[in-house]
Amino acid sequence: MSVKYETVIGLEVHLQLATNTKAFCGCSTKFGSRPNSQVCPVCLGFPGSLPVLNEEAFRFAIKTALALNCRIQELIKFDRKNYYYPDLPKNFQISQYDMPLSYNGFVDIAAADGRRKRIKIKRVHMEEDAGKLIHPKGENYSLVDYNRGGMPLLEIVTEPDMNSPQEAYDYLTKLKSILEYLKVSDCDMEKGSLRCDANISIRPEGEKKLGTKVELKNMNSFKGVKAGLEYEVKRQVSVLEDKGKLIQETRLWDAEKGVTASMRTKEEAEDYRYFPEPDLVPFVVDKNEIEKIRETLPELPEAKAGRFQKEFGLSDYDAGVLTSQIDLADYFEECTKLYPDAKAAANWLMGDIMAAVNARNININELGLAPAALVGLLKMVDSGSISGTMAKEVLAEAIETRSNPEDIVKKNGLAQISDKGSIEEIVKNVLQKETKSVNDYKGGKKTALGFLVGQVMKASKGKANPVMVNEILKKSLGE
Amino acid sequence: MISYIKMKTIDDKTVKHVAHLARLELSDKELKLYSAQLASILSYISKLNEIDTANVPPTSHALTTLKNVFRKDILRKSLETDEAIKNAPASEGDFFKVPQIIESTDRVQDEGK
Amino acid sequence: MENLYSLAAHRLKELMVKGEAAPSAILDQVFSRIEKFDPKIKAFVLANKEKAKRSVNNPTKLKGKLAGIPVLMKDNICVKDEVTTCASRILAGFKPPYDATVVKKLEEEGAVLIGKANMDEFAFGSSCETSCYGPTKNPWDITRIPGGSSGGSAAAVSADETILALGSDTGGSIRQPAALCGVVGLKPTYGRVSRYGLIAFASSLDQIGPITKDTEDAALLLSVIAGYDEMDSTSVDLPVPDYTKALSKDVKGLRIGVPKEYFIEGLDKEIEAGVKAAIELLRSLGAKVHKISLPHTEYAVGTYYIVATAEASSNLARFDGVQYAFRAGNSRDMIDMYIKTRSQGFGDEAKRRILLGTYCLSTGYYDAYYLKAQKVRTKIREDFDKAFKECDCIITPTSPTPAFKIGEKMNDPLSMYLSDIYTIPANLAGLPAMSIPCGFSKSGLPIGMQILAKAFDEETIFRAAYTFEQYTEFHTKKPKL
Repeated sequence: MSVKYETVIGLEVHLQLATNTKAFCGCSTKFGSRPNSQVCPVCLGFPGSLPVLNEEAFRFAIKTALALNCRIQELIKFDRKNYYYPDLPKNFQISQYDMPLSYNGFVDIAAADGRRKRIKIKRVHMEEDAGKLIHPKGENYSLVDYNRGGMPLLEIVTEPDMNSPQEAYDYLTKLKSILEYLKVSDCDMEKGSLRCDANISIRPEGEKKLGTKVELKNMNSFKGVKAGLEYEVKRQVSVLEDKGKLIQETRLWDAEKGVTASMRTKEEAEDYRYFPEPDLVPFVVDKNEIEKIRETLPELPEAKAGRFQKEFGLSDYDAGVLTSQIDLADYFEECTKLYPDAKAAANWLMGDIMAAVNARNININELGLAPAALVGLLKMVDSGSISGTMAKEVLAEAIETRSNPEDIVKKNGLAQISDKGSIEEIVKNVLQKETKSVNDYKGGKKTALGFLVGQVMKASKGKANPVMVNEILKKSLGE
Repeated sequence: MISYIKMKTIDDKTVKHVAHLARLELSDKELKLYSAQLASILSYISKLNEIDTANVPPTSHALTTLKNVFRKDILRKSLETDEAIKNAPASEGDFFKVPQIIESTDRVQDEGK
Repeated sequence: MENLYSLAAHRLKELMVKGEAAPSAILDQVFSRIEKFDPKIKAFVLANKEKAKRSVNNPTKLKGKLAGIPVLMKDNICVKDEVTTCASRILAGFKPPYDATVVKKLEEEGAVLIGKANMDEFAFGSSCETSCYGPTKNPWDITRIPGGSSGGSAAAVSADETILALGSDTGGSIRQPAALCGVVGLKPTYGRVSRYGLIAFASSLDQIGPITKDTEDAALLLSVIAGYDEMDSTSVDLPVPDYTKALSKDVKGLRIGVPKEYFIEGLDKEIEAGVKAAIELLRSLGAKVHKISLPHTEYAVGTYYIVATAEASSNLARFDGVQYAFRAGNSRDMIDMYIKTRSQGFGDEAKRRILLGTYCLSTGYYDAYYLKAQKVRTKIREDFDKAFKECDCIITPTSPTPAFKIGEKMNDPLSMYLSDIYTIPANLAGLPAMSIPCGFSKSGLPIGMQILAKAFDEETIFRAAYTFEQYTEFHTKKPKL
């Protein structure tokens, strides 16, 4: 019988802060500009240049740390991490070593059994980004663009608290949700403004000692993180089951091939020669100031979900889904201001609308359907001017053509006939034509009613309010 | 010269290792010379061990009172691309150009494509 | 009439106001001195006559506190589009795309930049011998070193090849050459002058400062270059006084501290006598002399060589052949290029210090060396805090010996390092300190004394130094060239 293994995962997220300028100089942080056009003596590390910390980046960092329930360091200092690499203009990175900005935080996620699981945050610290290397295919040289160099980064490091790739995925989703609420980063993995590396090891269940750790890199999406970790779990288990030995190494995830491959082994410990950055002074945020910043924190996902449950009577699950993205939550709340039936709005949002958003891989605000437009649609259903089925069709068309549902209903004359007189008129005509069915019905064949309803609907081109048609028909047939 | 409490003296192997960390290459002659000189400097430095510093806080900045120096998040003019790369020993287009990078144990990084 | 080149800037200002001297005449005289004597002294690595002439001929530029006054920059201060090399092969041909803050400030006040001064490579040295351009000579005896690392700046002021000069001081690099060349050299309080554009040696110790013919010029030049700079986090946002107003001729009641640890074995007898006589003179003028103790003085050199080389090893990592200046040819790959460029680009002393600094920071040694040094640095700082409760300024020798022979200490780095024994503590504590001429040895070599004060109290230094100058003529003596 084979041994059961426990997976242990820790994650390291690098987040680019959405400031106007870089961490230590006034160059722009805009993405996708001409190479080496957003550089200056400071971020190029030219001799004689000196760093000065961006106040906004620091504020973003403190905000994030507080939102992740971290403790803020009493005396914050920066350190130099020394190593040679051509994307690093000074051959040291300004980072934080033994007195990081903050430490001891946590993020709660929903674990597999539905209960809450706490993922501890070891530390959140600031550092500067490196430039970008380009390796022209088939050439024996590389090119360097320093536009990204010196961008403000936050490094968010967890304890090895996750026990499955799914938990890692859930943590990342939750983390991203919080970061989006804070509006401190655009969290775009494709642009590299959010990057994630993982440490993963396995150990026999019940074992206290951690197994041999593999550092996993090169995952370009949350799904990639999950897939890479899943692959690693399988690989590591099979190595151990074959009586092999795992080695401490760095492996790269290859999304195309769906495998991880060894990059290098860690035989020699790196020697970064950290020491305090003498060109920057220490930073102290006193308790009052921390409280002031804490007050500027927005309502975060969990608090919002709690309030949605209380205020709108939503279920735990629904509130969780609606608050998972700040834009979705805001959208929902906007709807509730215009429309009293929050649950109906929630159902529509979580149903057809989220499906459309997800299918297009866009943000709800990019859908072209304002909350007022959705509410307009819901009100048409309520007043009976269109049916629920028709509303779905209208919604689909509204999204497809980026137009207002009410306009679609009007333009296509889709409004339901709920006027009693008009329906009675149609019913009268149908009953005159369909004498056979009328007689059948009166003779006890109740199924004939269905046929008659169909005929009325057909005569009204589907616009008659079916409930009223039923009622009026029965009445006319003498019930 | 007075001899002080000997710390572990520096050997050729250590000097070689340190030279590699600093991306320097030493000839045998240099290695010998530097090892001897560094050993004598380090032996002089070991004098510091005479002082008990157990409860002394370190000084990393001359002005201990200076704190919280920031700049506002306001754009400043960057260099023109041409100006940025005009001093470069090698460039191509808008880029700095460097010899091929062969990964060693020094560092791995996630590169853009 | 006196030769214009031999006058201090404040005298030239007076003459210009009276119409008795013109900026172009001053510049012409200075350049004729350079042309005549610099081939012998080798204080300049770049003399930019054309550029200087253009500034002198541009009346819109000739405004301000230093209008028309020639100033020489040490070669580690960035001047836009002008070759700036730190006297190192690794920066050969480097033209910074920007001006150092001090350069901007000087130009705003009408100063005329005349060129770049020789120095020890990356300011690593006390003799100006480690320059890739070869050594500068001491104008008082050209077989001797001018001191370092700002040897070119001090020699040029001494030889009247410039009116004013800027140097930088990490462990004595302004004061020691000033003392050895018989001129005035001030290291301001750390944070008083912006370091932006000063190519860093040791960031927590470096300061730019004046090297001048007398104290009044030092005060004048400091008034121009001092002040907060938003480009330097370590520059201090305190108002800049007009230091020339501190030049009172009176030391009555001034409490002078004389530390016993500075008058010890190894101090040249003539220097000891010169400095003691100077202290006596000040006492006779009303100052009160106190014996004080700075007990951790003997640990300063060791502390310094850890802190300074550690910071330097990191500051100099950027010289790698990627973005600017020298790159070695024929490299197989990136690492090979780094190694070849740095091994060919740096001189001996630079390599030695990079190795020492790297070692002190490396795993397993950090606590024993770097952290230990930072803690001892605290003790050294505290010595001064205590001392300044008893006195307003401290007077010591600047250098334990007068200028030594070229080549004399080149093969013994430790003995070279020990020549900064009196100047290093001020850098470790961040204090202002100035060297002024206070005598000559029997063989005719200048002797300097050092005056230290509390942080940001340069005014007390000026007061003591200026008073001393009013009663002595050491600062007016010129070398025979």
